[in-house]
Amino acid sequence: MSDARDPTQFDPIVPNTGEEYEPLEVFPEDDGFDLRPGADSCYKCSTCDTNCPVAEVDDDFPGPKFQGPEQWRLKQTDDDYEIDPSISECSNCLRCDTSCPSGVNLAQMHNTARGEYVDNQVSKLSVKYIRNRILANYRTSAYFASMFPRTANFFMNFGPVRWAMEKVMHIPSEREFPEFATQTFRQWWSERGGAKVHSDDKKIAYFHGCYSNYNTPEVAKALVRIYEHFGYEVMVPPQKCSGTPMFANGMLDDARRHAETNVEELTAAIEEGADVVASCTSCSMALRNEYPELFDIDGIDDLAEHTYDAVEYLRIHTDVRQELEAAEVSGELEEEFAYHAPCHARNQGLERQAIELFRDLDGVAVEDVGESCSGISGTYGWKSEKYEKSMEIGSEMFEHMEESEGTTGMTECPTCASQMEHGTGYEVRHPLELIEAALID
Amino acid sequence: MAIESDVLVIGGGLAGLSSAISAAREGADVRLVTYKQSTLRQASGLIDVLGYTPDGEGPLTDPYDAIPELPDEHPYRLLGEDTVREAMSMFDEVADTYRGGHTDVNALLPTYGGTVKPTARYPEGAAAGLASDDRDLLLVGFEAMPDFDAPHVAAHLEAAGVPFDVRGETIQFPGDLMDDAKVTRYAKLLENNGPVEVRGRERGARDALVERLNPLIEDEGRIGLPAVLGDADAAGVRAALEAELGIEVFEVPATPPSMPGVRLEDRLFEAFDEAGGNFESGNPVVSFDGQDRVETVYVDKQNARIPYSAEQFVLATGGLVGKGVESDREHVYEPIFDCHVEHSEDRYDWFDEAVFGEHPFAGFGVDPDAELRPLDSAGSPEFENLRAAGSVLGGYDFAAEKSGSGVSIATGYHAGRLAAQEAQ
Repeated sequence: MSDARDPTQFDPIVPNTGEEYEPLEVFPEDDGFDLRPGADSCYKCSTCDTNCPVAEVDDDFPGPKFQGPEQWRLKQTDDDYEIDPSISECSNCLRCDTSCPSGVNLAQMHNTARGEYVDNQVSKLSVKYIRNRILANYRTSAYFASMFPRTANFFMNFGPVRWAMEKVMHIPSEREFPEFATQTFRQWWSERGGAKVHSDDKKIAYFHGCYSNYNTPEVAKALVRIYEHFGYEVMVPPQKCSGTPMFANGMLDDARRHAETNVEELTAAIEEGADVVASCTSCSMALRNEYPELFDIDGIDDLAEHTYDAVEYLRIHTDVRQELEAAEVSGELEEEFAYHAPCHARNQGLERQAIELFRDLDGVAVEDVGESCSGISGTYGWKSEKYEKSMEIGSEMFEHMEESEGTTGMTECPTCASQMEHGTGYEVRHPLELIEAALID
Repeated sequence: MAIESDVLVIGGGLAGLSSAISAAREGADVRLVTYKQSTLRQASGLIDVLGYTPDGEGPLTDPYDAIPELPDEHPYRLLGEDTVREAMSMFDEVADTYRGGHTDVNALLPTYGGTVKPTARYPEGAAAGLASDDRDLLLVGFEAMPDFDAPHVAAHLEAAGVPFDVRGETIQFPGDLMDDAKVTRYAKLLENNGPVEVRGRERGARDALVERLNPLIEDEGRIGLPAVLGDADAAGVRAALEAELGIEVFEVPATPPSMPGVRLEDRLFEAFDEAGGNFESGNPVVSFDGQDRVETVYVDKQNARIPYSAEQFVLATGGLVGKGVESDREHVYEPIFDCHVEHSEDRYDWFDEAVFGEHPFAGFGVDPDAELRPLDSAGSPEFENLRAAGSVLGGYDFAAEKSGSGVSIATGYHAGRLAAQEAQ
């Protein structure tokens, strides 16, 4: 029998394998995150692999179980081990993370592995690196484009320009560039003179993200009107990109710079008594989940604890459900909708929120088109070498959308929306727009 | 404020889904919250009610006959035979792609290991594989899927004395997939007849597979393959194969990760949705408010704590593997409500020295009253509005008895129905 048999003589605090053994210094040279405890929780059930939309269509992709816990172990036991290049085939949908019955933190493992791969193994002069950096820094391009939105809209979808982009930058010419609004949300907000409702105890700070500022200000305006309808004072602090496209491209330094601004500005709003809400589910996931997993910035946990999805926050703090049950929708949005839940909404348990909320709303029907992934995954589908794969992943969603009664799409995620439009030709709306249509005038 | 419902079910496995469906069918406003995906995805997809007695007698012909002989604390004894039967009828209505409901008698199905297993319900796709069927049988495995070694399984079945001839062959899956291709990759290729490369030419995977299977068939009446024949449309894949091969096709129930388990989970969520239920996954319930009654539970959404309130709660968080029951060196506990879990103070009494011995840990769980409310150490209900279902319950050893699915369905059904009745 082992010497640990008598529990009274066993003290797990004191190492019992020899005096030199220091359990905290197994990997002394590593000053990053130690994910070993997470890797040890993996019991190889492969549930993550059965949820991976990339592994389902790509025979060469080894799957999330390999990318996360297995690769982590290889790396820890072999000093020369380099991150497998297949990490850049991962689309960062994070369904693996949502599925793991053992709570292994696959999101954190994939993001750190990808960051390390891009830092150490990718040439900073390669066209793909430069292209990825431009894609990941969408906010910068959008900022310039929004100065001359009509010109940008014309050139970004102008045939010869797109041909050149495909040849030089490997940006697929099949994709339609999102249209830039002629007035950004922030311009509208300052023209309006900011908040119309002032309150000492009901305040939210709106993280609008890049997309609803530059491309779909109607979503952001809907949010403002809904929250003011419920008596909230809306704050719109200065902000940068949430960082999601940068995580997905392994550009953690870029992401960190943006995160620092966001954490500083949003925690200042929290100190004034606000909670933070986001209308894009990838943004809310970044603030809630990815920030504290990847960075160590003052106030970052405080921000995570106070961040919510915009609709989720209404469900908790207002009687939006009862109001919707009593309301009806007529006019432009009196429609049947084919709803797709974004992967990053699933990750936050929001995959059924729109279905539940609109179940008893007169004048509309919202049908869930199922659990398939749209396949675009932010910048993933914007790369020529991944375009076909992204469309193959999305094919199930396109079919389900076409089978459903509705011919208008609905989702919370702007890039899912563009893939839904691209694959089916449907117009796509945000749940906030429907709430606005039901509750306000 | 909080997100509100009549009945809140915690856990999305077989027990959680059964109780959520049964409560929704009673007309209650039901919400199911589940932390990640359940161990149902790792299960064979077979629905066992009772295969062996706790003393190891069996395989049992009629599981219902054996219920009165079970120990007092066994969940089936708490519910009674009639409730178990009602629960199974609900399952039969909901899982309409399952067979076996026409008789009380256990069916015998060949497994991946070549044993023959007594089970109460089986997926349609496994039906042609019944061991009581006397048609000769051909098993075909794929080189890159070593979990199912067809010649080995065939030899085992022969040795078990099955009433037919059985032969096993191993082939390469068309397209030479990587050695650890995912089961979903096989399923998707077969379902879509997706393109694979065979000798330099692009072919549909299903067509190419038929070409490889055809020459292997001698005069067998049925052919068994690993359970990767499609995902959303498994029946369609099977029908297409049968049309081309001219004999019946079946899937041998799988080891994890298991497509039959995935399909059953999908079907049950669909049924819950049809019954008007609400659900969400991905985040754990971590704490609660309340003294004699549970008032509100909190879901930890990546650091923000989201409150959920309800009239009635059902705890269906699973056993040791599903993490509904946890342990450290000192004690065994139920992590959300800290309900009492009976166990010896000396952890060396938690297990048996023999690998296949009678392990006390296999029966660890909360002990309930007849209404399935977990009891404290003094024998009173921990909370008046909390019920428990499935493998978070103690008093039975599902692995030895082959009773896991049956207990989950029966206790889930009962807990859900009582919760709904009391909530309204």
